[in-house]
Amino acid sequence: MSLILFIEQALNGLQYGVMLFLMAAGLTLVFGVMGLINLAHGSLYMIGAFAAAAVAGATGSFLLALVASLVCAAFAGVLVEFFVIRRLYDRDHLDQVLATFALILIFSEGTRWIFGSFPLFLDKPDWLSGTVMLPFGIEYSLYRLWIILVGLLVAAGLFWMIGRTRIGIRIRAGENDREMIAALGVNISLLYTFVFALGAALAGLAGALIGAIQSVQVGMGEPVLILAFVVIVIGGIGSIKGALVGAILVGLTDTLGRSFLPSFFGLFLEPSSAMSIGASLSSMSIYLLMIGVLLFRPKGLFGGI
Amino acid sequence: MTEPILDIRGISKSFGALRASNNINIDLRAGEIHALIGPNGAGKSTLIKQIAGGLRPDTGSVHFDGQDITALSTAARARLGMGRTFQISSLAMEYTVLQNAVLGALGHRGDVFRFFRPVMKDAGLLATARASLEQVGLEEFHDARVSELSHGQRRQLEVAVALTLSPKVFLMDEPMAGLGAEGSHRLMGFLDQLRHKAPILLVEHDMDAVFTLADRISVLVYGGIIATGPVEDIRGNPIVQSAYLGEETAA
Amino acid sequence: MRKEFFLNAALLGVLLAFPLWAWSVDEPYLITLATRAIVFAIAGIGLNFALGFGGLVSLGHAAFFGLGGYVMGVLAFHAQTYTPVMGWPLVINGTKSMPTIWLIAIALSALLAVGIGALSLRTSGVYFIMITLAFAQMLYYFTISWPTYGGEDGLSIYVRNGFPGLNTMDPIQFFAICYAILLIVLAFVFAASRSPFGLALGASRQNEERIQAVGQVPFRLYLTAFAISGAITGLAGALFADLNRFISPTMFSWQTSGEIMIFVILGGVGRVFGPVAGAVLFILLEHTLGGLSEFWHIYLGAILLGVVLFARGGLYGMVAGREVAHD
Repeated sequence: MSLILFIEQALNGLQYGVMLFLMAAGLTLVFGVMGLINLAHGSLYMIGAFAAAAVAGATGSFLLALVASLVCAAFAGVLVEFFVIRRLYDRDHLDQVLATFALILIFSEGTRWIFGSFPLFLDKPDWLSGTVMLPFGIEYSLYRLWIILVGLLVAAGLFWMIGRTRIGIRIRAGENDREMIAALGVNISLLYTFVFALGAALAGLAGALIGAIQSVQVGMGEPVLILAFVVIVIGGIGSIKGALVGAILVGLTDTLGRSFLPSFFGLFLEPSSAMSIGASLSSMSIYLLMIGVLLFRPKGLFGGI
Repeated sequence: MTEPILDIRGISKSFGALRASNNINIDLRAGEIHALIGPNGAGKSTLIKQIAGGLRPDTGSVHFDGQDITALSTAARARLGMGRTFQISSLAMEYTVLQNAVLGALGHRGDVFRFFRPVMKDAGLLATARASLEQVGLEEFHDARVSELSHGQRRQLEVAVALTLSPKVFLMDEPMAGLGAEGSHRLMGFLDQLRHKAPILLVEHDMDAVFTLADRISVLVYGGIIATGPVEDIRGNPIVQSAYLGEETAA
Repeated sequence: MRKEFFLNAALLGVLLAFPLWAWSVDEPYLITLATRAIVFAIAGIGLNFALGFGGLVSLGHAAFFGLGGYVMGVLAFHAQTYTPVMGWPLVINGTKSMPTIWLIAIALSALLAVGIGALSLRTSGVYFIMITLAFAQMLYYFTISWPTYGGEDGLSIYVRNGFPGLNTMDPIQFFAICYAILLIVLAFVFAASRSPFGLALGASRQNEERIQAVGQVPFRLYLTAFAISGAITGLAGALFADLNRFISPTMFSWQTSGEIMIFVILGGVGRVFGPVAGAVLFILLEHTLGGLSEFWHIYLGAILLGVVLFARGGLYGMVAGREVAHD
């Protein structure tokens, strides 16, 4: 029973990690290519979730909802990049943090204004509800399994795009040497807008996929944003591979810590203090992980290459 | 022969496949100017960093004033008496000329962790700072912000700040760069005198300056010293001429 | 320099005159508003010490604000329930005395800042921003899941702590205490900004190579600045807790870190009085915009965006010129 529980929780951790990767990929690309810290990335996640919930409510189609999340978040990304973000590329990190913090305020309150403070609900479609039987007699949620697959597919697509396509070459060139790609005649500002929109679309997709498990509400983006930052810091800022590894590490640590630390402390402490110590340690665990990584590798696992 | 104050013994440093320093021996003795010359990319800056701190050699050691300082930080070396000027002016740009000089004097005196007395009213620090500025001829600009200074004035300030440290040796990385004829000439006259206070390891591109000032010259090519000796020996050395001076004068 | 001096004097004057006027017309709410501005200002002054003078962009100063708050909450909670904070190995009792609470808040915040700083300062740039944020988040989640002091719901302290000879429950008297502390903190920071330490710290921010070349270690300067910064923000946290007679994990939240940063930016980074102007402006905006619309954060966001994009240097930058004045 304990092994089954472990595998189930590990799958949950993987699912969480894959979703974090969708968030972290955009953040790390935007930082790697443009040198920008974008705190408003969580708002794009929220926009994706709200767009999906609104479209699913209107049309009843989950797939249309996902498309809407991608399109709306990408569109919001383009707008934000055009009006605000491109003025920040040459600024220091402090200005970037503040300006994008300001964007969070605007997006969050704007969404509250339009949709109100009550959470919306995005239902999983019928064809993804229920459970599947996995080997060893493990019964697991079909939807969660499906989003693991979707996330891994997106990750594979992203790796393919960056490794094998022309736009990917330009992105990598942009990470290494900004002046060189300008000299090559690449339209930098178009490339930047594209990278930002791509990151936004991925965040929006993550928002929609998670929105069907949790509720869709204002403020849903920021906790995920902070975790995504932890992910890219662990992975090494700018590294897509680092983001994937970091995301899965964080996803597993968080989920497994949450389910096993309290019972672990229960082995040698009285139940009530085991619960509270276990709970507080598990919510602190990913930050401890990050601090641990940074102490040994101040630029993250795959940073500085 | 006097004991060298600064003695670099067989240091090597590689970056991947590139050998930036290859078994370098070089020393500096009291009262001399020892010039380090070499074409661009020969590894002069890498060598200076290993001497001044900030870059640890892979092998070999740096001895200063009878002490092995290979493992010491830049700050510790500066406190022992290494006065450094940078190739690209490295000053506190928002501060005034006088503030930069006071900073040097303060760093040397060492009592940085004081929170209450105004530092710019400290008579001792001001005296040291003003004397150094006067020596390089910057005293009338003491109120100017560094960001307003000309390139040449910044070079002078670099030297002035190094002076506030009352160093035992000077490490100067291209102090003449961009100075113009008159400025170079003045600085040369100044360095000529300065060597009697503390010897100077001088990295310099200006060959006139090097041949006028230096007591000894070392030639660095592809990370290795190909010749060291008095000025006349180097001028007449055929290896040096073919490896370096020839190209330079032809160009 | 002149202009900056007059702005400083005007700020302190208004901050004193306004609550006195509110007191004379019996508007305790307005006095509390001014007190809030002062407490925020102190928190901002703390952050500014690291951020403005040392260039250390900490997005985790809520850690110190929250710790200061919890020091007050925990000590007062044990005093009001007559239980010891700790029974072993030595007995520590709670207290309702403000000065004691302040000293403990300052000491513990400085200690926490030394710990966080020693680890965080191994990194720089974005990594520093994120690791400071991570430390604050850790404490945030810790307080949420630690049930003894109310967990997520927070903890109410029914009677404001005491100060010898004053009735702290009287808004104007509590205001006076906070105002006096503000003056002391400002005096200290002003002195420190002109001190040997201030000169060296500023030089380190501008050029680490330079400070090393004159024989000083940037890390020590930064760590000291971070400790002082944390201590001041921690003191503000203790005052804030006493102002509200309530503590909750929100004090540790990253929005709190963001708001403290806003105080600094609105006023002007690196100016001694900048955070005072920023906090006053923030409270003014909150009060006036909050009256206009339930969604006043939109306007706050727009104003902040405008300041960052177009009015760098904040209020002080606009009034007294871009360059930071030194004498």
